[in-house]
Amino acid sequence: MYREVILDHYKNPRGHGVIEDADAEAEGFNPLCGDEVSIYVSFAEDGETIDDVKFSGRGCAISQAATSMLVDMAKGRKAQELADLPKDDLLDEIGIPLTPIRLKCALLGLGVLKVALHRAKGTPLPQEWAGLDELELK
Amino acid sequence: MADVAVTETRKLDAQKLRADFPIFEQLIHGKPLSFLDSAASSQKPRQVLDAIRTFYETSYANVHRGVYELAERATAGYEGARETVARFLNASSTREVIFTRNATEGINLVAYAWGLNNLGPGDVVVVTQLEHHSNFVPWQYIAHRTGADFRMLALDEQGELRLDELDDLAGGGRVKVVAAGLVSNSLGSVNPVEKLAAWAHERAAIMVCDAAQGAPHRVVDVQALGADFVAITAHKLCGPSGIGAVWGRMELLEAMEPFNLGGHMISRVRFEDTSWGEVPAKFEAGTQAIAEAVGFGAAIDYISEVGLDAIERHEHELAAYALDRLAELPWVKTYGPPADRRAGIVSFNVEDIHPHDVAQILDGEGVAIRAGHHCCQPLMAKLGVAATNRASFYLYTVPDEIDRLVDGLHKVRKILS
Repeated sequence: MYREVILDHYKNPRGHGVIEDADAEAEGFNPLCGDEVSIYVSFAEDGETIDDVKFSGRGCAISQAATSMLVDMAKGRKAQELADLPKDDLLDEIGIPLTPIRLKCALLGLGVLKVALHRAKGTPLPQEWAGLDELELK
Repeated sequence: MADVAVTETRKLDAQKLRADFPIFEQLIHGKPLSFLDSAASSQKPRQVLDAIRTFYETSYANVHRGVYELAERATAGYEGARETVARFLNASSTREVIFTRNATEGINLVAYAWGLNNLGPGDVVVVTQLEHHSNFVPWQYIAHRTGADFRMLALDEQGELRLDELDDLAGGGRVKVVAAGLVSNSLGSVNPVEKLAAWAHERAAIMVCDAAQGAPHRVVDVQALGADFVAITAHKLCGPSGIGAVWGRMELLEAMEPFNLGGHMISRVRFEDTSWGEVPAKFEAGTQAIAEAVGFGAAIDYISEVGLDAIERHEHELAAYALDRLAELPWVKTYGPPADRRAGIVSFNVEDIHPHDVAQILDGEGVAIRAGHHCCQPLMAKLGVAATNRASFYLYTVPDEIDRLVDGLHKVRKILS
């Protein structure tokens, strides 16, 4: 499970940190293990293209690596594209079989990103992610 | 010269007992199973599995209903299990034992059937910071519903209850309920339930004890504990899942409203109204987990044959051994009291490595531990962590399994640090 690319993203996460005055942000947590992640997005001048993404929080290697990979995937794409991004695209990138419990770790960052875009841009938030919106940590 | 009575606790032979447990006959990821998650649920010996199978094959029917031979055998099996539970807990009456699905349901039964009718504004419900969510969330919910005050007894740095803060905690309210676990499922701390019960009774409050984690590992004598309700579950003491019991004082049970409503719990049903059956039937609506109750009884027979004192001593030895071995690793932090004051449970964290990753890599080595918040989020908040790793032991645990845990932790460090 801990193949080289996962370990690389885990040990050298892309976009770890905070964007002050982010254009979009959200927090979420995984009730199974208590892990938390916050995602910050800034847009380019067109207001649609994602210029930068950062994340903070605590989590296992799978959740940290998956969120780091998501940062690479998200930059330069439009908000709508990310809102529509199927979770299988990220899972293909992760490229390892995940048990249902670890699946929640891997997809936490993607869900929080979709919530952030939904709140800032009104992009649709399909039912499977809606729970995260309600679970926002105050 | 006076006679000297020498009592010697039997020592159990865990290696020999393992032969009773079919689960250990397989390889996990090509390796022998090191099962260090018995606090979540225990494995089942052949004696219990056989008892359930034999019951289904020879004596099964619904209970308390039919007049035919099989129905009588089934009723005898089910009620016989109640007598076994009553003896196990040293209840003064078998009727004080109510079968439930698990300890959680037992506590919910008390919270709803007693709490809803006896709590209100100005009353205080006290729980502890160590509680499993099972003995925390029901009381929090019922307190909020009734307007009672919900308060939490804090822990010291070793994870033991701050009894010195009790009187302050009671300030300005009428304490009606004190709810505490006998053994913490996260830290293994053994709580002074007798003292809490005495304190509760000085204030005419009831003492509710969650003994789900205590009953598998030490003698639980409800009369000596002094509690008013004690909840246990079968699956943690070598029995099947889906069955547990709550013991309560008869005068309280008699005065309580029912919990679940339906068949068997009634005395007379008319269109206008219904009267309730006698205790314990009043609390056992619908068809119960009959074969599971029989398995529950068989499990109690099994652990009683091994001996609760011997089990307790074995687990103390394992906890001491595990704490010693983990102390060799400067990058491992353990939580909870010293070995002599804890049951066979050790919670720990590996520096900078998330428990999920620890548990996942250990799984590849055939070592099963729990990683998470252990249904104790208030405790995790106190420890300042989101989650811990937990290794827990039972009568079939051998030191070699702890050695394999330590070897596995070295591998975790090698991969992730």
